[in-house]
Amino acid sequence: MMLGGFFAMLIKSKTASYRIANLGLFLGSYLISIPVISTLMGMHNLPVNIGWMVPGGTFSFKLDALSAFFCLPVLIISPLAMVYGKSYMAHEDKHLGKHWFFFNLLSACMFLLMISNNGLMFLMIWEIMTLASFFLVMYDDEKNEVREAGWTYLIAAHIGTAALLLLFAILGNDAGSLQFDRIAASNHTALSIGILFFLAIFGFGVKAGFVPLHIWLPEAHPAAPSHISALMSGVMIKTGIYGILRILVLLGHPTAYMGWTLVIIGMVSGVTGVVFALAQHDLKRLLAYHSVENIGIIAIGIGTGVLGLVWNIPSLVILGFGGGLLHVLNHALFKSLLFFGAGAVTHITGTRNIELLGGLLKKARWTGWTFLIGSAAISGLPPFNGFVSEFFIYFAGIRGIKTAAPGPVILAACILVSLALIGGLAVACFSKAFGIVFLGEPRSERASNAHEADKMILLPMLILSFLCICIGLLAPLTLYLVLPPLQTLVGFPVQIGYSTVGVLQILSIITLLFALLIVLATMFYLIRRKLPRGTEESTAGTWDCGYAEPTARMQYTASSYAQPLTELFQPLLGTKQHGKKVEGFFPAQADFHSETPDAAREKLFTPIFVLVNRLISPFRKVQHGNLNGYLLYIAITLIVLLVWKTGFH
Amino acid sequence: MTAIPVILILSCLFILGSSRLSVAIRVVAVQGLFLGLLPLIRSAGHFSVAILILGLSGIIFKGVLLPWLMQTVVKHTGVQRESAPYVAFGTSILIGVLLLGLSTWMAINMGFPANTSLLMIATAMFLILVGLFLMIGRRLPIMQCLAYLILENGVYALGVSISLEFPLIVELGILLDIFVAVFLMGNLLFHLDRNLQDNGNKQ
Repeated sequence: MMLGGFFAMLIKSKTASYRIANLGLFLGSYLISIPVISTLMGMHNLPVNIGWMVPGGTFSFKLDALSAFFCLPVLIISPLAMVYGKSYMAHEDKHLGKHWFFFNLLSACMFLLMISNNGLMFLMIWEIMTLASFFLVMYDDEKNEVREAGWTYLIAAHIGTAALLLLFAILGNDAGSLQFDRIAASNHTALSIGILFFLAIFGFGVKAGFVPLHIWLPEAHPAAPSHISALMSGVMIKTGIYGILRILVLLGHPTAYMGWTLVIIGMVSGVTGVVFALAQHDLKRLLAYHSVENIGIIAIGIGTGVLGLVWNIPSLVILGFGGGLLHVLNHALFKSLLFFGAGAVTHITGTRNIELLGGLLKKARWTGWTFLIGSAAISGLPPFNGFVSEFFIYFAGIRGIKTAAPGPVILAACILVSLALIGGLAVACFSKAFGIVFLGEPRSERASNAHEADKMILLPMLILSFLCICIGLLAPLTLYLVLPPLQTLVGFPVQIGYSTVGVLQILSIITLLFALLIVLATMFYLIRRKLPRGTEESTAGTWDCGYAEPTARMQYTASSYAQPLTELFQPLLGTKQHGKKVEGFFPAQADFHSETPDAAREKLFTPIFVLVNRLISPFRKVQHGNLNGYLLYIAITLIVLLVWKTGFH
Repeated sequence: MTAIPVILILSCLFILGSSRLSVAIRVVAVQGLFLGLLPLIRSAGHFSVAILILGLSGIIFKGVLLPWLMQTVVKHTGVQRESAPYVAFGTSILIGVLLLGLSTWMAINMGFPANTSLLMIATAMFLILVGLFLMIGRRLPIMQCLAYLILENGVYALGVSISLEFPLIVELGILLDIFVAVFLMGNLLFHLDRNLQDNGNKQ
């Protein structure tokens, strides 16, 4: 895979460089898919150890079920993103060799990261992965906002890496080796476990996008080309989740506060993410905030699983971890689908601002329908895949109530309230996104001149939509898919017990009903198409409601649609509104403009960085660029050393 | 025998207080001549080839060639005096006296073998420190070269006063002189007439 990327960089011809990179990626993915699938089927683990010159590091790889499961999204999304990217970038003048090189590098690193079995190895791959994705984000490096987004990402990522460095240093010190097996076997004190856990939460949380560490997501995702956003948002941020899970496995039996931390982080991330998404005008920024939301859901699931382990409630373990893990896969599918869709919209209209779009469903039917499927899936509606994983987590909450112990009941309240809130707001947000972009009348020239996207752009989207529906319809079976990684996670064989079977039964009924619904709907559609043959057809503007001369400007805008909800969350959002008030019966002129800056960035990180800057700026005077001054430093050092040495004699 | 160290110390103090370049260069030339004489006097008649080369090279390089080159640079650039040093001349002399005290203290406390002349070592240290200080306290590039030459004189003096039979010192003395020459040539070529900051990018 890396070889393919490397050659792609060297080759001048555009098509050839793509082909080479493509060949490498597909061949690599195919080769990797064999052990991944066989491991998931529960066949074998294969550790590989190769000596390495770097002290403390070995080329040590191990593919267990957890790694294999996290490889799945990479296996699915990377090739699709590449096919999509080929068409998406077709109009670019730049030579794409470098781009494909970093693309392949990023994909390869994600695989290597999942299977690396040594702390140093893990950190190095982590760093290469960060840099590769940084260069991918910086594709449009001549644009100012892209450069700024890239830097935000780089700084955020490295602050996270600093925490990870510390984490692995402590782990290695305790175990005497950076080999994961040795670390797992070593004992830690309760205090050091706590420190390690919070370091992991911080370090991996930056990558995953936990609130308030998420600030790079809404900057980097809109700035990157769409297939890169899809790959990063769908797959790369999951490496953070993988890291946290891996550390949980390495630390051994968890304690209750870990579960609670994860649940609370999940709740905060989930709600904040979706609320901020609601206030966005930029389609890709909106999607980026939804990544934060979905990472929150995953964290709630994992936290529930951890608490289940602590309280020894098997159904909580299975449903919590199962839901979380499944949501990792599901989110990869529908988020990539949505980013592909957003990219297609940008591609055919030239803008990401949803206020300028409208009526695209008529112009770009396939793009619209696949985007609708993605929207329904991310909102957690049946019969799509998002529903399945959220359903598991919901039911973990309901199981918690049934135990009637205080801990699980509080947990259940947390889960149910936050998931319900997140789900409802997500529906509102995506009805806004889909409604404004695809329904109604075009709001600008660009939208009215739109046409259907390229076939090779649509193909990956169709495949992903198909997968979303498949997982949705095969819902009861999906729990078996996550069982092997779940067993690696908890460290003992897990059986689907009586209580869980009940959940599966309910799920089966729901899916059956929806399958039936789909069949019926298709039948009605086919009948409907046959019926009006020969009857007259008329065309009218959407929603003209008897107005004599409706214009596109009379429609709901995205901001006005979301206004009741955003006003409700105004204290959190801090939306700034500018514009003149409308005066008189026949107002001559009025304008309105609103923006929602990221609260964590504005209120938390900007003050911190300003403070740090103020604290360290005196040191800048030391580095003044005056040669005589530097000589003075050297002289003072020399004389002090001499005097010191002489004094000792 | 005690005359040479005293002359060296006085010449250093003079340079610390003088703003005119050509005078300072002449004083350094005198320093070089006496330094070249030093190994010849110290060996007291038992001339070996190494000592001969050491002394003669000292006289030729430090006493004649390098000062001549510096004078050429001064003529070439047309800058006659150091008008705005970082450290004023009066203060420089005061600091020089402090440095003399420091080097004497170090010479006494550093634990040199008994047969070495402490006065000579103190002088050598003083030369090195004054060279360092002049590099820091003066602005003109030509002054920096001069300062480097003084520092190098100190190294030479230290080497001569510790051991005469060590051929490494001979090589070191000559090599460091060549270094100074290279600096001066650079000065000439790139017209470094104000300070290093302004012309830094030309180097």
